Amino acid sequence: MKLYFKYVGMLLRSQMQYKASFFMTAVGQFLISFTTFLSMVFMFSRFNSVKGFIFSEILICFSVVLMAFSITECFFRGFDVFPRLIKSGELDRILVRPRNEMFQVLASDMDLSRIGRLLQAVVMLIYAFITCDIHWTGYKIITVVLMILGGVAVFTGLFVLFAAFSFFTIEGLEFMNIFTDGSREFGKYPVSIYGEGMLKFYTFVVPIALFQYYPFLYLIGKSENMWYMLLPLLGFAFIIPCYAFFRYGLRKYKSTGS
Amino acid sequence: MIELKNVCKTFKVAKRNAGFGEAVKSLFCRDYTYVQALNDVSFTVNDGEMVGYIGPNGAGKSSTVKIMSGILTPDSGECIINGRTPWKDRVDHVRDIGVVFGQRSQLWWDVPVIDSFELIRDIYKVSREDYKKSLSSLTELLNLSEILKTPARQLSLGQRMRCEIAASLLHNPKILFLDEPTIGLDASSKIAVREFIKSINKQNKTTVILTTHDMQDIEALTDRILLIGKGRILLDGTLAELKKRHSAFKTITVDYTGEKLPACENYKVTKDGDGRGEIIIDTRVITASQAISFISDHVEIKDISVTGETIDETVVSLYKEFAI
Repeated sequence: MKLYFKYVGMLLRSQMQYKASFFMTAVGQFLISFTTFLSMVFMFSRFNSVKGFIFSEILICFSVVLMAFSITECFFRGFDVFPRLIKSGELDRILVRPRNEMFQVLASDMDLSRIGRLLQAVVMLIYAFITCDIHWTGYKIITVVLMILGGVAVFTGLFVLFAAFSFFTIEGLEFMNIFTDGSREFGKYPVSIYGEGMLKFYTFVVPIALFQYYPFLYLIGKSENMWYMLLPLLGFAFIIPCYAFFRYGLRKYKSTGS
Repeated sequence: MIELKNVCKTFKVAKRNAGFGEAVKSLFCRDYTYVQALNDVSFTVNDGEMVGYIGPNGAGKSSTVKIMSGILTPDSGECIINGRTPWKDRVDHVRDIGVVFGQRSQLWWDVPVIDSFELIRDIYKVSREDYKKSLSSLTELLNLSEILKTPARQLSLGQRMRCEIAASLLHNPKILFLDEPTIGLDASSKIAVREFIKSINKQNKTTVILTTHDMQDIEALTDRILLIGKGRILLDGTLAELKKRHSAFKTITVDYTGEKLPACENYKVTKDGDGRGEIIIDTRVITASQAISFISDHVEIKDISVTGETIDETVVSLYKEFAI
């Protein structure tokens, strides 16, 4: 853990070499998510609810997903840029160092400029909490925390999966973005609004409903099922097969010629 | 002790012709060719040895080094280094080795070199005292004191390579793999790097395995060479043996006053005229001094030089001999 902070310190020093770029990216990130937010505001000013969910409820959903995604992107960026690590041969370097390779990939990159997006998510979440009429209890606060943590876990799993695919092909990886960025976009609304099929897909294949839909129902009082509160924890289990696949890919790793 | 036994490695390479249409086609169906990078490679290197690993591009040098450093997993065969299999005990294994890839950096690009060293110290869990000791000796030997505080991106290639080598020796490894360490360096940096490699091999008894295309590296550093071509070890022997085998022919260039160089059945006159001539001798038939005294009996020699085949030429003729 201490080593992780040393890595982070190193990255910070590197990123601070380009201060202007850092702040501009951060502001840009904020604005991008802000326009999404605005589009939702305009839409809801015409239609008051979507499939029985009101604006502030949807906003909770959106901000939780956005927050989980931007935390993941910030801290687990190493997996997001993993194809680059392979292409540049940096992975060779990682493999000749006596530390766990997952740890090193994790520590190799971190994008603090995602803080812009995170900030946007925080602002929205606060706004949503103020405007909605949730009856707050201790359980519900835990639910929100679990939703965010579970979200980070699921997105991390997706990132690891994405990284593992790049052992087999460097080309055509954009396809995987359907799952990562796609999940973020779909996650703006409670996934049930896309229909039964999509709900099943997002429960059993790419389990974003585990942290975004079911606990959300409990949170806004549409369901009294207490188990829904704990479902985000299952999101952590999603990392296991992704990790196994990554290990399998590593054994097939071909390196690049030099 | 490094032991490789019957190591094989095959790469699957996607193939496609040039052009946009072909690129689209390859999205759906691809042709693969199999390239046998290593084919039954076996050798042993003892502790403290310095071995030059040579071969043309694509012969399998880097693949072997990558297998020995635990990056690649071979398809079959055994590789035991200090009692461990690199790709199975990766973490323990790499603690004992240092690797320098001449074409890749291990320094953090935007921060001063010394910061990279500090982080490497933490990665390898080197104790403070050991780190201080090795840092000060490396700084002195590689003449780093002035560049340690410079960000890596501002270093010249020679400076960077010196830092790279220092970085891979901070944890005092038993084995050092150098993959083309002198690539792109100027003459004085090359000599500095060579001197340094020689001295750590002598002082610390570090086993060094060096791949290079620069034959002067080999000549200056190693006694033993391994020649690899098309994935096979073709030759394993000392440099002297190799030279003996391939440099029996010498060229004598003579400036003289007189009519013409004397003909002799033991050598061949390849060029002659205007008081300057060239003779090629086979040292197994006639020695250089015999040839010279024979010539001086007939003409008056003004200037003379004897040149053997350079090591580069030797290697080229080796490559030719093995058709690689």
